[in-house]
Amino acid sequence: MSVASPAAQWRAPPVFFATRGRQRAAIAIALLYVAWSVSTLNIDVNRALAGIPRAVDLFARMVPPDFSRGSLLAKGMAESLQMAFAATLAGVLLSVPLGIAAARNLAPRPVYLAARGLIVCGRTFHEVIIAIFFVKLFGFGPVAGLLTLAFHSVIFLAKMLAEDIENVRAGPIEAVRATGAGFGQVVVYAVLPQVLTRTVGTAIYRLDANVRHSTVVGIVGAGGIGQTLSASFSRYDYDFAAAILLCIIALVALGEWFSDWVRGKLR
Amino acid sequence: MAIAPRAAPGPDGAAPLLAVENLSKVYPGGTRALDGASFVVSRPEVIAIIGSSGAGKSTLIRCINRLVEPTGGSVRLGGTDLVRLGKAELREARRRIGMIFQEFNLVDRLTVMENVLSGRLGSVGFLASWLRRYPPRDIANAYAMLERVGLSGLHDSRADALSGGQRQRVGIGRALMQEPDLLLVDEPTASLDPKTARQIMRLIRTLAEERATPALVNIHDVALARGFADRVIGLKGGRVAFDGPASALTPAVLTDIYGAEDWSRTIRPDGEEGDGA
Repeated sequence: MSVASPAAQWRAPPVFFATRGRQRAAIAIALLYVAWSVSTLNIDVNRALAGIPRAVDLFARMVPPDFSRGSLLAKGMAESLQMAFAATLAGVLLSVPLGIAAARNLAPRPVYLAARGLIVCGRTFHEVIIAIFFVKLFGFGPVAGLLTLAFHSVIFLAKMLAEDIENVRAGPIEAVRATGAGFGQVVVYAVLPQVLTRTVGTAIYRLDANVRHSTVVGIVGAGGIGQTLSASFSRYDYDFAAAILLCIIALVALGEWFSDWVRGKLR
Repeated sequence: MAIAPRAAPGPDGAAPLLAVENLSKVYPGGTRALDGASFVVSRPEVIAIIGSSGAGKSTLIRCINRLVEPTGGSVRLGGTDLVRLGKAELREARRRIGMIFQEFNLVDRLTVMENVLSGRLGSVGFLASWLRRYPPRDIANAYAMLERVGLSGLHDSRADALSGGQRQRVGIGRALMQEPDLLLVDEPTASLDPKTARQIMRLIRTLAEERATPALVNIHDVALARGFADRVIGLKGGRVAFDGPASALTPAVLTDIYGAEDWSRTIRPDGEEGDGA
């Protein structure tokens, strides 16, 4: 009974693959892979169950948190904060030349490629790996932590700055260049005003991130509250560890609130 | 303002103000935007450059101050060939060439005053310009310039707070702060309404005359070109297809530049536009 009439059936074409059949095949392969992975992991139910009473015991020993060693706690927190502030400052200062060098629309091609290469390499390694490396070089303590955070801040801020610079309007750059301005003047007049608020926002975000990360790098011996936390765990001082964790939570929340507040003030 | 219509390479043998010879630009990828364009400017006059999109108007004026690097030919401004200049000399030469843009190209987050003063960047050191420490003479000139282009009192407004016409006035002020020997003007009115467009063209023309500065004006609007230019250069396929007084624009010429179309409503007898400078 179907006569040659306009088609009345329509279904949206598949999103990921050219045909519906291939999409189904891909989903089937993915499911098979997950099933195979799980089967090779040797998940031991008994072992997982045995962890539960241990967890209950651990949490029980965490209450009440022990704030009696306040000076140790305060020293660690202060050290973490100092690491975060100093690393952010160093990161901001050093990221400006690197960010400009890594901006396609400002830097000559070879400089751009070298700077991008440095950024890619720098981002390859997680903070903890860099921290282990710096602890080997400079010994235990906050110097290694500070350098780790500073290194990562430079790389991160430079990458963000380079991307912001690449997104600025090209017209003002052209106009400032046409007045006979030099490179520095082009940066200061046409680029800086266009990226300034975003860059300040990114730096504040990075400060917030550094406060968080400063608590982590201490675990591999790079100073700060993380190192105190790690030591308390290895001595089974779970009540003290609980106090440290509560302080970290408070500090990070404070950092996030501050970061939001400052960025809200920026236009 | 009875400026003689056509600039021939002066019979008295005086060096031309600007001589563009055989200027070519092939973009990477092979697009030939300019294909041996040549013309001479011997007296301060307003020259409209017309032609269809892609005819090379924008490339032409950008090759003159080398925002776009020409691939061949020469551009002589007051005797120096700009195409051969090194980096430092090119900066020096750009100081003498003011440029006005279609999208105004102001720095939005800077004030009107900072945008106008940026016309002096070629003459002020890096640190002084960064700290906004301009010579008092420049600042006095900038105030006078703002008054001249009709923006008195707006010096501390941010550029992005202004209307389109006001923003183009800032752009004109910035270009003239350079005290240029040549004005390059790229579609100054394409982002403006017809009335503002006429005001802006009139302002550019008046200021160019006052300062005896030749102006090359890329413009889409043939009626505006006829109303405000002394001379018209028509580009077609990167070459100069017409070069003559604005009054010599006939339907035949427009057909040659743009292709066949009914031009009788674009070109009307002089006087009917009522838009003298």
